[in-house]
Amino acid sequence: METLTFLQTSWFALIGALLAGYALLDGFDLGAGSLLPFLAADDEEKLVVFNSIWPFWDGNEVWLVTGGAALFAAFPHAYATVFSGFYLAFMLVLFALIFRAVSMEFWYYDEKRRGLWSAAFVAGSLLPSLLYGVALGNVMVGIPLAESMEFTGNFFTLLRPYPLAIGLLGLFAILLQGVTYIAMKTDGAVQNRARSIFGRVWGLFIAAMALSFAATIVYMPESLSNPLVWISAAVSIAAWLLCRLFASGGKTGLSFAMSSLALLGLWGIVGATQFPNLVRATGNASLNITLYNASSSEKTLWVMLYIALIGMPIVIFYTFYVYRIFRGKVMITK
Amino acid sequence: MDVVLLSRIQFAVAAGFHFIFPPLTLGITLVILVIETLFLKSGEEIYKTISAFLIKILGLIFALGVATGIVLEFSFGTNWAQYSRLVGDIFGAPLAAEGILAFFLESVFLGVLLFGRNRVSRRMYWVSAFLVFLGSHLSGFWIIIANSWMQTPAGFAIEGGRAVLTDFNAAVFNPSTVIRFLHTMLAGWITGTLFLAGIAAWYLLNKRHEAMPKIIMKISLIIFIFSALAQFASGHSSSVQVAKTQPEKMAAFEALWKTTEGAPLSLFGIPVESERKTYLEVSIPKLLSLLVHFDPNAKIMGLDEFGPDERPPVLLPFMSYHVMIALGSLFALLAVLSAFMLIRQTAYASKWFLVSMIAAISLPHLANEFGWISAEVGRQPWAVYRVLKTADAVSVVVPAWQVLFSLIMFSMIYLLLFTVFVAILLKIVKKGPGAKAGGY
Repeated sequence: METLTFLQTSWFALIGALLAGYALLDGFDLGAGSLLPFLAADDEEKLVVFNSIWPFWDGNEVWLVTGGAALFAAFPHAYATVFSGFYLAFMLVLFALIFRAVSMEFWYYDEKRRGLWSAAFVAGSLLPSLLYGVALGNVMVGIPLAESMEFTGNFFTLLRPYPLAIGLLGLFAILLQGVTYIAMKTDGAVQNRARSIFGRVWGLFIAAMALSFAATIVYMPESLSNPLVWISAAVSIAAWLLCRLFASGGKTGLSFAMSSLALLGLWGIVGATQFPNLVRATGNASLNITLYNASSSEKTLWVMLYIALIGMPIVIFYTFYVYRIFRGKVMITK
Repeated sequence: MDVVLLSRIQFAVAAGFHFIFPPLTLGITLVILVIETLFLKSGEEIYKTISAFLIKILGLIFALGVATGIVLEFSFGTNWAQYSRLVGDIFGAPLAAEGILAFFLESVFLGVLLFGRNRVSRRMYWVSAFLVFLGSHLSGFWIIIANSWMQTPAGFAIEGGRAVLTDFNAAVFNPSTVIRFLHTMLAGWITGTLFLAGIAAWYLLNKRHEAMPKIIMKISLIIFIFSALAQFASGHSSSVQVAKTQPEKMAAFEALWKTTEGAPLSLFGIPVESERKTYLEVSIPKLLSLLVHFDPNAKIMGLDEFGPDERPPVLLPFMSYHVMIALGSLFALLAVLSAFMLIRQTAYASKWFLVSMIAAISLPHLANEFGWISAEVGRQPWAVYRVLKTADAVSVVVPAWQVLFSLIMFSMIYLLLFTVFVAILLKIVKKGPGAKAGGY
């Protein structure tokens, strides 16, 4: 393999890993936030949910920041096309993430308007959870692109059946992360609520997966000839089954781990379907944005690879360490 | 409306609002580190109480910094897609490095600072405070690298219309990186310490928590005195660097219309670009030449050396640069005064001093914003100096109405955020140190 190809492939994998890390980690706090109305009945219970994610959400969101910046650095054309092309959709995500970031603090201190801030937190969690999948579905099934790599569709181009199906699948995968996480990290009334809605979320996940499968048969059947897609799907479904098994056995940690594995399986499907494309072009494969025609120079990819290979193991090490510090059930100190 | 102008206004709003928070973080994490060090050494409870109070404030500030920072990172893709395509080979790398080497560090260990006091050893808690301090400063380092590369690009070649990296070290340590990094870190320390000194002054005026505000005041003032005096030297070298590497920017700062031997330093004036004339000008003869070249008769390039499509606007950079310097000078005076008050031990009791410390809280923010405006507007018409024009950097597929819509939304959201932020901050301050927080 040529050096440049090796670097481009490595960066495809690394960005995939960063975004998968984001999906797993921020997935559980976005999921918990989206399900807040079902998990907590009063302020005290909301505080339990908030406390379960408070020490982590900042660090979790950095996976998105770093993944986005890595996409910018390694494949600037893909970054430019997608973010300018999906302008209004990404603005909605940004507005939502702004409120998500501040509304826990605001809720805690601004006692008179707690209803408003918890609603902002729910909306700020729910909207990105749905729109990430919609965006992903679009770059997978293809968007209208010009020779200049610019997006030529409009806002409604983004709302086609296939992306919407992937959007729902992403949303329910994130909700499953959230509900299994809360079952693991809390006890008492909040845990009971998480357990009682678990079954429904679990069922919706597989329903969304079936829907996405149907959409794939209709809109991108060629991806079904890839054995890696089937293997990833099998991993995801097996993990999904085990998730239920562990949950009903009271093994909440393993149930969360299986939800995470199910989500990783979905990422496997995305990676296998996309490689070597980053953004497909509707109707004309020669206009696809790939890791070959969108990448930075060999030098930049090398420098970045060094930084990532030195930096990321350290990040993962101390992230593990800090999660261990806060292991166990959430306790409220008042 | 013009999409370039709208995109510029939106970026200015997003960056200007974001820039309220990181400088505070820089100064406050430094003060927290000092207080945690004192706690580690002495074990006295009072340091723990103070630190817990400051960390609560930091948590709020940090949440706003994160919320508004994400917007900026994605702005390059959403609003400046051509910029991303043409210089992404170089510009994306420091942003990614910032995430991997700095932002993770400060965010993950901030969780320990906020919630882990009873879960880790005293030493480990100190290490966490140190890592949050280190992470926030490293974060600033990579962001300054990215912005400095736009001011004084280096380590690249143009291939097929795109800037391609040829020398990473040269790009990172481009001619303005180190000077601008020091300048910005000192600005952050001034901002954070005057903020905390102002809060302490309020307690002292209202005779609350006697011992604690004295400690906060003392530590903050000592760091402030050092920073404000060092900023004088740093500001000077920053100006010299601008004069040497971006002469048209310095000419705009000083409204120097014509190339002059023995150029004067302008203190006040109202530059009118259409007439190429400065009204009500007050200046000191030959001082600009002396400051820049250490020679009172040295030649300084004027705006007439540059074509109409290659020179920056004059009024805004001139005004903001001068306001920044006026504020910087005020801080230096305040530093001397503070040193005097500390030595005479009247800093904690003198009513007029405490009132002026409260009044000073917002001034560093003004200096920061004006400094940033002069640096960015002074670089126009370029996005990357002499490499890429701002007008050619904007996204081509985003229509003006969409930018207008998002600009209106950002403005309203940020106004709301700022109002609630100030209200909550006042609430935390009124409750004061020692108030319990929920958590693990």
